[in-house]
Amino acid sequence: MSSKIRMLQYSLAINEALHQMMAVDKSVFLIGQGVKSPWYVGNTTRGILAKFGTNRVIDTPVSENAITGAAVGAAISGMRPVVVHPRIDFMMYALDPIINEAANYHYMFGGKSCVPVVIWGIVNRGGEQAAQHSQSLHALFAHIPGLKVVMPATAYDAKGLMISAIKDNNPVIYIDDRWLYATEGKVPKDIYSVPIGKAVIRKRGRDVTLVSVSYMMIESMRATQILQKDGIDVELIDLRTIKPLDGELLLKSIKKTGRMMIVDGGWKTGGVAAEVSALISESGFKYLKAPIKRVTLPDTPAPASSRLEKEYYPTSKNIILAVKEVIKGKGCHGLQG
Amino acid sequence: MVRIRLCEESLVELILKGEIKCPVHLYSGEEAVATGVCSALKLTDYIFGTHRSHGHYLAKGGTLAKLIAEIYGKETGCSKGRGGSMHLVAVEKGMLGAVPIVAGTISLALGCALASKIRKEKRVTISFFGDGAAGEGVLYESLNFAALKKLPIIFVCENNLYSTHMSITECRVKNDIFKIAEPFGIESYKVDGNDVLQVYEAARRAVKICRKGKGPVFLEFMTYRLRGHVGPDDNVQGLHTDIRPKEEIAKWQRKCPIKKFGKFLLKNKILTEKGLKNINQQAEKEVCKAHQFARRSPFPKKEELNKYVFKD
Repeated sequence: MSSKIRMLQYSLAINEALHQMMAVDKSVFLIGQGVKSPWYVGNTTRGILAKFGTNRVIDTPVSENAITGAAVGAAISGMRPVVVHPRIDFMMYALDPIINEAANYHYMFGGKSCVPVVIWGIVNRGGEQAAQHSQSLHALFAHIPGLKVVMPATAYDAKGLMISAIKDNNPVIYIDDRWLYATEGKVPKDIYSVPIGKAVIRKRGRDVTLVSVSYMMIESMRATQILQKDGIDVELIDLRTIKPLDGELLLKSIKKTGRMMIVDGGWKTGGVAAEVSALISESGFKYLKAPIKRVTLPDTPAPASSRLEKEYYPTSKNIILAVKEVIKGKGCHGLQG
Repeated sequence: MVRIRLCEESLVELILKGEIKCPVHLYSGEEAVATGVCSALKLTDYIFGTHRSHGHYLAKGGTLAKLIAEIYGKETGCSKGRGGSMHLVAVEKGMLGAVPIVAGTISLALGCALASKIRKEKRVTISFFGDGAAGEGVLYESLNFAALKKLPIIFVCENNLYSTHMSITECRVKNDIFKIAEPFGIESYKVDGNDVLQVYEAARRAVKICRKGKGPVFLEFMTYRLRGHVGPDDNVQGLHTDIRPKEEIAKWQRKCPIKKFGKFLLKNKILTEKGLKNINQQAEKEVCKAHQFARRSPFPKKEELNKYVFKD
């Protein structure tokens, strides 16, 4: 199938996925707080209300719990809703329908019912928004059996994973980052899927495996290019899905490089980086030439003051320093600090 | 109603003997609510239940044998032994799920009603919940959204006066739960939940309103559970933990919905004593067979522990 490919903004790639899926599948509808307001959701929903009307594009009162539950309930009765939370922080009100209901429904009824819902949470940090408008809470959802969690880093994946999430018969948590909205990438015009549960190698390399996800892939790519000039050949992996993790690709890479550095935009304790590290320790320990290192947020709420914010969010500089330490790192078999 | 009562009472001894291990919340005493409401529905209408939903499941047409098998944790149960008494489903009958999170299914029912509106169907969704759920915020969010979008949903509050161990007088200033719907512009009524004819009539009217696109409706049915919150009674390990006065339980036993309707049938010569007895015997046989089926059924295979986490 020929498909026209052109440069498209990340946020407009999401927009295109929603437009196309709503056009081809009448059971798809969009619901959530601010779903028609660029102030809430940027240009991700541009033109959708005008095209599909208020019956299928439902802006709602501030009632995250009931509205998310309604999306889950609509999915139970055969629809494929996309429910948006313009800030993932607000989604915490909806943990009951997400964790107790959506995640368990298929299992606890022995496969008699399923919940094909997309729960879309937007990370919208920086700009001195502080603790309750800046959180990256993806690890929380990755912990729950029955949920799939995707975090696209490129425009191509933003569209392809939204389409896969809508087509999936399970609840999918789709998490994007406003810092990615203005980035551009090659995006086919046709409908296409990016498989859930598959990571991708963004750059092949021999010296060290750099694992990243979502916006941190951009910082990692920057670091990778600089490190290349310093003679360090990084293999950069973009997880794309954090649940289920693509263990196969990670193990294949560590077998080749023997060193791993993991970058995540969430907190350190119990986070995605910890999970990847545990996976490698369990199944790839024999390949390790040096201890695994993590670059994450510190275990601290997000501050307001931009002076502190600068310190808080990791950048390519932190990644470069950490990669160099891993490269210098001696074999962990000898239990050196 | 007789079927539900006999089903519930058949479990009592097995629970006490430890043959049934999963938590069971018996519906004895509240049968008129599920029966009256579900009698006003079509097969295509939806219902959602609670932790105490054997009655809802049966009244909507769920298979008795699959219910009993589920309670025994068997592969032949309605949820394949993965759910137990508190997670019941009969999708083919429009019973889309009972769950033991208080108020947990109210928003799910809201979503089903929303889906019906989007698809332009005449389908009605019932959200069954107890008086305890009136303490949860999601009920108020759901009332508002349902009213705002005129959704075909009937909020059915089964007010049995107790939220687990706690009397309603300790939970609310006034025992008038139906009034919470009024500020949202929702028609709401308080009805005798032990009179199946009154329940049916209220439900029938509410269904009619919803089918006309003039929903939602809120119905509060006053009723009482004759058994404990969980299990046959509330005496935990020999301690008398049931704070319900004996006279109160006796009073509600006299108001038993089955006896009440039986009297009505006899008085109006709709059924004879013999006819009533036949109904009882038939139900007894069915319950007995259901237990035999459940006992004979296999447990889920241990290799299938992780089955059903995801749907393909």
